[in-house]
Amino acid sequence: MIVQLIQNAVRFLLLVFLQVVLLNHIQWSGFVNPYVYLLFILLLPVETPKGLLLVLGFVTGLVIDMFGNSGGLHAAATVAVAFARPGILRLLAPRDGYEAEMRLVPQTMGLKWFATYLVLMTFIHHFVLFYLEVFRFSEFFLTFFKVLLNVGISVLLMIMGQYLFGRAVNRNERILG
Amino acid sequence: MRNLLIFLWRYNFFIFFLLLEACCIYLIAQNNHFQRAAFVNSSNRIAAKVNSGVSAVTDYINLRETNEGLARQNAALKSLLPGVYYIDSVNRSHVKDTLRKQQYEFMVARVVNNSVNRRNNYLTLDRGSLQGVHPEMGVISADGIVGIVKDVSPHYCSVMSFLHKDSRVSARIKKNGFIGSMVWEGYDAQFAALKDIAKHVKLAKGDTIVTSSFSAIFPEGIMIGTVDFVDANTGNNFQDIRIRLSTRFGSLSYVYLVDNLMKDEQLKLEAKQTQ
Repeated sequence: MIVQLIQNAVRFLLLVFLQVVLLNHIQWSGFVNPYVYLLFILLLPVETPKGLLLVLGFVTGLVIDMFGNSGGLHAAATVAVAFARPGILRLLAPRDGYEAEMRLVPQTMGLKWFATYLVLMTFIHHFVLFYLEVFRFSEFFLTFFKVLLNVGISVLLMIMGQYLFGRAVNRNERILG
Repeated sequence: MRNLLIFLWRYNFFIFFLLLEACCIYLIAQNNHFQRAAFVNSSNRIAAKVNSGVSAVTDYINLRETNEGLARQNAALKSLLPGVYYIDSVNRSHVKDTLRKQQYEFMVARVVNNSVNRRNNYLTLDRGSLQGVHPEMGVISADGIVGIVKDVSPHYCSVMSFLHKDSRVSARIKKNGFIGSMVWEGYDAQFAALKDIAKHVKLAKGDTIVTSSFSAIFPEGIMIGTVDFVDANTGNNFQDIRIRLSTRFGSLSYVYLVDNLMKDEQLKLEAKQTQ
C-alpha cells in the first residue's frame, strides 16, 4: 500500500517534470506537441476509488495548466480521462476480470491490451484538449488531423518510456496478449 | 426532496465529474477574459522559477543568434529614433521646432517562457509591476510585433502573443497606405492573414506591412511582415492575403515593452465620442 503510494507519487513528479521541462518546449512544425503526463492517471491501480480518480485528474491537469498558462484546458481534458477510465477498463477487461493489485503495465497485461488502452484514453484526452483550445468548428478537420497525429506520437512515447523505465515484472505473471 | 437526494447519491460519480468540468470551463473562460485576476498562470512564483531555469539553458544555446539579433536591433533603433517622438509644435510658429515631447517609452525584457504551437499562445517576460509594466502595453522585438501584455505580477508579466485566436492588429500597407487588420488563423507561426483589403488595391509579393497609426498600443510603422501570397478571386469584396511574419516567434529571447504615455488621453477622448 505504502509502496504503491510512493511509486505513484514519484511517477507523478517525474511525468510532470518531463512534460513541463522538455515536452512543452517541443515545437516541431506547429503541429506536434506530445502530452505524456496523463500516463499518471492511466497507471493508477485498478482499485483506485472513482472519486479519487477525478480529484487526481483535476489536480494533475491544473498543475500542467499552471506551467503552460492555459487556464483549465488540461484540467478539463484530464478529468474527462479520469471519468472515462472505469468504463474503458470494464470494456477491455480480460476474461477472468482484473486480479487484485494487478498492475496496468504491458509486462503483465500484454502489449496489445496496453496499446489499445493507451490509444483510447489518449484519444479522449487529446480530443477534449484540442477542441476546447480551438473552440470553434470552422477548423474541424485540421484540428482532427492534429488530434490523430498527436495521439500517435504521445502513445509511442508512452510505450517506449514504459519499456525503458517501467520496472520489469516477474516473467511468471505475464499474460500473453 | 428525498427522491432528489437518492438521485444525487445514485449518480454521484457523474455529478462530481460535471462539477469538476464546470470548474475547468470556468477557469478557461476566465483565462480568455482580457483583464482577469487569475491564479492559474505562469506569473506565479514556482512556475516562473522553473520556466526561468529552462530559459537559462535555451538562452545559452541561442547566444549567437541573440547577439546577431541585438546588432541588427541597434541598427534598426537608430533609424527608428525620430519616429519615437511626438512632435507637438506643428502649426505653432512661436514654439521652437526643436521642442519635442516623448510619446513612447521602451523597456527591454527577457523571454522566460514562450510557445508557438498552440492555437492560443502566451509568453512570460521577466519584467513586472515593480518595473512599471501594466496590462495592455505593447510588446515588440527587433524584427516586428510580438503581442500585448495581459497580466502582471511583481517581477513577471504574461503576454498574449500575436499568435492567438483573439489577437487583431491594425495594419497598413506601406507603399500605398491602405489599412487592414491582421489576424492569425493558426497552425503556422510564420504566416498570418491580412483582412479587409478591398479588391481594387494592387498588391505584389514582398510588399511591406507595418502597424497603422490607429492603435493606441503599438507605435506607427513597426514592421509586421511581407506579402507572401495574394488571391483576389474570392467570393466577397475583399482579397485573401497571406503575410509572412517578420518576427521569428520560435526563437524570441529579448523583446521590448512599449509604453504609450498618451494612451489614456487618447482613449478618454475617444470614449467621449461614443457616448
